[in-house]
Amino acid sequence: MALLKVSNLNVHFDTREGVVKAVNGMDFEIGEGETLAIVGESGAGKSQLVLSFMGLLAENGSVSGEALYRDKDLLQMKPKELNRIRGRHIAMIFQDPMTSLNPFLTIEKQMTEVVRHHQGLRKDEARAHAVEMLRAVRIPDPEERIRQYPHEYSGGMRQRVMIAIGLLCEPELLIADEPSTALDVTVQAQIAELVNEIRKETRMSLILITHDLAAVAEVAERIIVMYAGEAVETGSVDDIFYRPQHPYTQGLLASVPRLDRSSDDELQAIPGNPPNLLELPSGCRFRDRCSEATGQCCERPPLWIAEGGRTSRCFLPMEGGAIVTEKHVAEEAE
Amino acid sequence: MTKPVLRVQDLAVTFTSFTGGLLQRRERQLRAVDGISFELHPGETLGVVGESGSGKSTLARAILGLITPDRGRVMWRGEELTGLGEEELRQKRKELQIVFQDPVASLDPRMTAGDIISEPLWTFYPNMARLQVEERTRGMMKVVGLLPNQINRYPHELSGGQCQRIGIARSLVLNPRLLVCDEPVSALDVSIQAQIINLLQDLQKKLGLALIFIAHDLSVVRHISDRVMVMYMGQAMEVSEKSSLYQRPLHPYTNALMKSVSIPDPRLAAAARQDRWLTGDMPSPYDRPKGCIFHNRCPYRVKRCEADVPALRRMENRDWVACHRAEELDLSI
Repeated sequence: MALLKVSNLNVHFDTREGVVKAVNGMDFEIGEGETLAIVGESGAGKSQLVLSFMGLLAENGSVSGEALYRDKDLLQMKPKELNRIRGRHIAMIFQDPMTSLNPFLTIEKQMTEVVRHHQGLRKDEARAHAVEMLRAVRIPDPEERIRQYPHEYSGGMRQRVMIAIGLLCEPELLIADEPSTALDVTVQAQIAELVNEIRKETRMSLILITHDLAAVAEVAERIIVMYAGEAVETGSVDDIFYRPQHPYTQGLLASVPRLDRSSDDELQAIPGNPPNLLELPSGCRFRDRCSEATGQCCERPPLWIAEGGRTSRCFLPMEGGAIVTEKHVAEEAE
Repeated sequence: MTKPVLRVQDLAVTFTSFTGGLLQRRERQLRAVDGISFELHPGETLGVVGESGSGKSTLARAILGLITPDRGRVMWRGEELTGLGEEELRQKRKELQIVFQDPVASLDPRMTAGDIISEPLWTFYPNMARLQVEERTRGMMKVVGLLPNQINRYPHELSGGQCQRIGIARSLVLNPRLLVCDEPVSALDVSIQAQIINLLQDLQKKLGLALIFIAHDLSVVRHISDRVMVMYMGQAMEVSEKSSLYQRPLHPYTNALMKSVSIPDPRLAAAARQDRWLTGDMPSPYDRPKGCIFHNRCPYRVKRCEADVPALRRMENRDWVACHRAEELDLSI
């Protein structure tokens, strides 16, 4: 059974310039112990997708669709009910470790607050648990360091503290939004390894959100590639890296500078810029930047589906795939 | 060989801060850049790589005279920049320009693309005819790949990549001979990063610019650099030709950085993970290790590394390295 099943999720923002369609018709699920990566450029909607079912959208945002967590719809929950799930069953780590910690509170205060609230632990129990968690994320000398303030930690250590806070209540699902982009490469590698180890030990499910395909190569099992608010391709990690179908995925892979390849050739950039979400082009949203685009791309491309839940939204046929008729798309057209 | 346009000798920048409150005020010295020397030839690109806190941005600012160094010299086409008065230095800046990391934050949100790009012209040539300024601005926009109708757009109406193109156009509008790019792509999406790197490479070929390209990632600088300097805690660990650095780095730290780069290939990435060895964080800049600055994280250290500071010295293949054991270690990738 899926731990989380999201169906036809849409996120819109009302702005002065009009309605921004940040997420459109997203479907995905994640099973127990599974790692799913959501990859896309800034503005692709990957963060808003997650924030929407966590009940953390900005005030001008609205969400429709379904997000079933153990068969209960997160989108229909009352704030109190959602609060019990957030932090305890689903935890989230944000991108910037510098700004997500409160600079005025010690690490101890910020960590124990969570467990005392959710698990009703006594102060000394909460502290012992927090120290244990810091040790798990390899903070040296945790009994001492827990008394310090965030500014006394390096960037990498602060991100480890964020992970420790995320793990405090032993969540079933951890959502990490660009957990390592603000960090140095050497530290990024360490954080990726740490997350991997913890996941193996705990059988926790993990959703990783990132703009960097390379960063998820070692960790993810399944990948969703998002572009301009839509999933353009989904597949296993091997599918996406070794047999990418969608021209956008192919372009994204080709534009990463790689140390294991020759540097004599020019980098393969994807030309142009992502579309403005206020004035989305008709048909395929990637067509202006796509080297394979033809006249028919002005129409909405079909969704191909193949074995193992692999999908691609493109006019190019997918090997072993069949076109699906989408219910909600048909409704929208009417 | 041509004469170098830029010669940096033993450049050092120290920041002083105070701790301990009013009564127990103590002075602390942070050596951000600690004795950097290198030369740069016309049309050449030097990549500068290091983790955050390694002093790369401070180095860039010190070269351009935006920060006063407390030691060392910066020679620009035979003339010393480090003792110049404010006005003389300002005039020199026509020739030395910088592109900043965050393309959106470094542009004035109340100015249009055209205003931003033409501002240096108004500043340096107040008598230039309006038409000529506009012509030059439009020409520059074309060179960096902006559309003519974007001249009246504000930064918030444009994407990160487009804003970075404005930043580049603005630095090139005065026809500089040296362009310092301080992490010009790290705030951009991967697909746009490649665009900007290719653009800078094209411009350099066309205009014969000398380029200093700062990044925290070795894979990004490889495409654009002729030589690469690897910095750690304000010091140069290695300055090597691109071809040798990426095949056989001379310094263990270069090797570590190379192994930390993630590879977009699941199988290779799994293999690369086994190979990583650098652990821990950079030491506190207030508590610098004695001897070799890298010794406490280095698996190749010997007794000597804990006591003697290795000088940056030239190897047989003409690359430079600051490691006592450079000859005996084989750090081939």
